[in-house]
Amino acid sequence: MPVSTDIKGAKVWQLRNRNQTLIRWGSYLAAVAIFMWCWQRISEATTWFFVWDAPRIAADIGGRAWPPRWSYMDKLWGPLWDTFNMATLGTVMALFLAVPVAFLAARNTTPSTLFIRPVALFIIVATRSINSLIWALLLVAIVGPGVFAGLMAIALRSIGFCAKLLYEAIEEIDEKQVEAITATGASRWQVMTYAIVPQILPAFAGISVFRWDINIRESTVLGLVGAGGIGLQLQSSLNTLAWPQVTLILLVILFAVVVGEWVSAKVRGAII
Amino acid sequence: MTAVALDDRIGKAWKKPPLIANPALRWTLFIGALAYVVLAVASIDVNWSRVAEGLSRGWAFVTAFFTPDFVSRGGDIWAGILESVIITITSTVVGIGLSVPIGLGAARNIAPLPVYLVCRAIVSLSRALNEIIVAILLVAIFGFGPLAGFLTLSFATIGFMSKLLAEDIEEMSKAQAEAIRATGSSWLQWINYGVQPQVMPRLIGLSMYRLDINFRESAVLGLVGAGGIGATLNTAFDRYEYDTAAAILLIIIVTVMALEYLSGIIRAKVQ
Repeated sequence: MPVSTDIKGAKVWQLRNRNQTLIRWGSYLAAVAIFMWCWQRISEATTWFFVWDAPRIAADIGGRAWPPRWSYMDKLWGPLWDTFNMATLGTVMALFLAVPVAFLAARNTTPSTLFIRPVALFIIVATRSINSLIWALLLVAIVGPGVFAGLMAIALRSIGFCAKLLYEAIEEIDEKQVEAITATGASRWQVMTYAIVPQILPAFAGISVFRWDINIRESTVLGLVGAGGIGLQLQSSLNTLAWPQVTLILLVILFAVVVGEWVSAKVRGAII
Repeated sequence: MTAVALDDRIGKAWKKPPLIANPALRWTLFIGALAYVVLAVASIDVNWSRVAEGLSRGWAFVTAFFTPDFVSRGGDIWAGILESVIITITSTVVGIGLSVPIGLGAARNIAPLPVYLVCRAIVSLSRALNEIIVAILLVAIFGFGPLAGFLTLSFATIGFMSKLLAEDIEEMSKAQAEAIRATGSSWLQWINYGVQPQVMPRLIGLSMYRLDINFRESAVLGLVGAGGIGATLNTAFDRYEYDTAAAILLIIIVTVMALEYLSGIIRAKVQ
């Protein structure tokens, strides 16, 4: 604890010594400078006239968007069903692919730490860091527009997420149970079924429901790039400036998201 | 000893108990799930000839990952990435700056009921709205450009950080906070010395995590005109320039990996 003496000879207690204080203020200065530079770049790229005009535009759009056009609901049931399917089937598919990846990535179950684990980790990072909209963009170019592209996009994006959480759960298991099963002379597969799987099953169920909830949110916007679901309707309504329809679609999406979150919270509460 | 008696003594082989004990419930769930999958798969019409046609393009994309082209659109890629980084930094800073007071307000053990309800409403709204939808609305209001992206991600950061911060504050140890209160501290001192030290490590960890998320999200905001690398990526896909697209995706992946590594180090240091 640095103590300095002032002019009168009294001791003054300080939290940090001089160098630590200097470094601290230097880093604050650098951080503020970086932030201000970034802000300046944004400011240069912005047409400020539009920003000052924004309240009027917002009021204008708001006035045109209300009330929502309820009769449009007839055309939304189909896309809503598609959206739900994309999220659910996409999650199921992702789980099928994520389980083997997770077992290959976990330090205690991987067959080879040197060769296979890095590959599995790369799959996890690569699928996780690419947003589902980008996956959808890519898959629309490959398999054509439609629900199938959206489903694949959701599945591919979810692999990394599920596999990451799952392999962390596998690494945290209690080794004693594994040892006990191994001591009975069990094979590798039997150890997995009777020692590892029962321990990660609650985590697995929690992860699947959690990801399903996220996927409901994500699948609502995939239609913006042509991958099916309610986003297609949103895109066409936006393109034709049909704001009352946009309001209705946003309300439906909000409702779907809230229901998804409620279901996921209930299920997770029941499991854990 | 007869054979029957021996069988009786040995008993039946052990069978793994089923996951759901009640057979009626088990079969209902199983058949229900099966029926749903059949219905759902039937409602997806896949144009297989189109898929077969696209497979060569898919393969071209996969091979493009081994020959990424950083150069021919180098200027666009660099400008896009820089804009993404700028949006990420500003929105994370502003978002966290705003989510601290809202997080304090959304913690039931600190805030009075009216403040709590208002802050919780902001958090729920921010969490329920998808980033892309917010971006579309903000682009319509503020015009194209990084400002809309910055506002979108700041808004999204508020929902994420405030909720987790509020939950952390609600779980804090009351004893420390009360000890500071007992010294006759003001409200601000109480927050600064009683609450803040307890939640700070987690707050730093979450901030790093949010920085990571914001970078990933900033890569798609360009699709709806809110600035960043997304616009370049979209153009590359539209023109079937898979080698450029692969280069952009590789940059995103490497940056996310680097950020994750960095946040791992920082989190290990503060905790």
